[in-house]
Amino acid sequence: MTAGANLFEQQARNRRLTVAWLALFILFFAWLGFGGDLALYLAAAARTEGQVAYRFPWIGVVITTIAAITAWVSWRKGPQQVLWSTGARQLTAPQTFEEKQLDNVVEEMAVAAGLPKPKVYLIDDPDPNAFATGRDAATACIAVTTGLLGCVNREELQGVVAHEMGHVRNLDVRLMTLIASLVGVIVVLSNGMGRMLRGGGGFIGGRGRKASGPLLLAALVVFVLWVITLILAPFISRIMAMAVSRDREYLADATGAELTRNPAALASALQKIETHEAPTTHIKEGAAHLCIADPLGRDVNLREGRLADLLATHPPMAMRITRLKGMAFQQLKAAGQQPAT
Amino acid sequence: MGSILFLVVLAVIVLWVIAAYNGLIALKNQTVNAWKQIDVQLKRRHDLIPNLVNTVKGSMEFEKETLQGVVDARSKAMASGGGVKETAAAEGALTGALGKLFVVMERYPDLKSSQNVRDLQEELSSTENKIAFARQLYNDTATRYNTKQQQFPTNLVAGIAKAEIAELWEIEDQAERAVPQVDLSLKKPQG
Repeated sequence: MTAGANLFEQQARNRRLTVAWLALFILFFAWLGFGGDLALYLAAAARTEGQVAYRFPWIGVVITTIAAITAWVSWRKGPQQVLWSTGARQLTAPQTFEEKQLDNVVEEMAVAAGLPKPKVYLIDDPDPNAFATGRDAATACIAVTTGLLGCVNREELQGVVAHEMGHVRNLDVRLMTLIASLVGVIVVLSNGMGRMLRGGGGFIGGRGRKASGPLLLAALVVFVLWVITLILAPFISRIMAMAVSRDREYLADATGAELTRNPAALASALQKIETHEAPTTHIKEGAAHLCIADPLGRDVNLREGRLADLLATHPPMAMRITRLKGMAFQQLKAAGQQPAT
Repeated sequence: MGSILFLVVLAVIVLWVIAAYNGLIALKNQTVNAWKQIDVQLKRRHDLIPNLVNTVKGSMEFEKETLQGVVDARSKAMASGGGVKETAAAEGALTGALGKLFVVMERYPDLKSSQNVRDLQEELSSTENKIAFARQLYNDTATRYNTKQQQFPTNLVAGIAKAEIAELWEIEDQAERAVPQVDLSLKKPQG
């Protein structure tokens, strides 16, 4: 199903996967937020013998509010910050032949996607890379490094820009901003709560009152489970965020292939980018999940295996190239040609 | 109880009809808009051609026929009516004439190395690409629209939404239709 599927099947599969991961993420966050409330509720019920004493889920509501505010702020301010941190300059009046070509290619992909043309940015960095940012299609920006312009031909550049256009069309910036701020809140929460609990534990046990058995036991079980997940939360939430990120990379590859109908060109561009192992020094970790290739050049993205699967922002290059070639193969087959084997 | 059930079923049906109707209208407008986008790109190509012809005219004294072919195809394309078929045929001929000119230009190294011509050629091939991509978007959107209005049960609403089958932009020119042979294997070519 994976490598042999055509680009529309791959897109559908990636969308389903994202929905599943997102549902899991929200459930996890809800448990982190309201699990403590549940324990407090059960404990209060145990103390007062069935009467409801704990009415309002304070912990959950406060945590959700904080997460919503951070998500909103980083969604509004994030794109400009990302561009500023990479030192990208906007290409308003393209001068050289390469700049004009880049400007044209971006416009071509906007036409193919039926979206407004994104703003074009250049980053003076010898390592080939590219990323997209912006709140939505209307405010989208596509930035490429000068190193990329130097090493790919026109068709390959089109493939890379199509991948970024895919991020724009699939609203990945919005999705990843939301997830990044959720992870941020979870990390802060985990640290803060851990400290608080060490300071004043035992607030479940009740102060000297006689509590009824089964309810108190349930409260304790819920509480212990909650604390354990809270301690593991930063790790778990990062793994989930990376899973979504990798999924969106595959999806952007497939969308890019839909826009250019030329998956082979993106595959060969990825091969060229991969051979330049040097990290893209100008792109910081915050924008890594929006790049065409991991700017940090981390080893986890190159190897296939359990650990690589868990912690990488990008799927293994070899796998992406295989899938793109699969799409190209399907395309030739559909065109009624005898594909070379 | 029975009447409540009846009302619920009725409400569901009405809501579905509204949703299906609106979906069809949205697709219809997307199709119309995609067609407009092709028009924008075609107009740009028409505007660029006189510029190109004037630039290369001096250096290509012996290729009067090819140049005249481009000029004629352009005026024919600009005069053609708004139908999908006529536009497709006229613009296809213009694409063919331009392609021929580009091939001929390969024979003039000084022409090709001139910065002005290089920029102009990039501009024109980018416009060719934009036309192709706009056409691709139009065909995809029109196909989605056509499929939707033919599929059950949306076809029941198609009449109310005045949905009609949108014509696709077919490629007439045989030379344009040919797909380049791509070798995907990593093997070295034999021989």
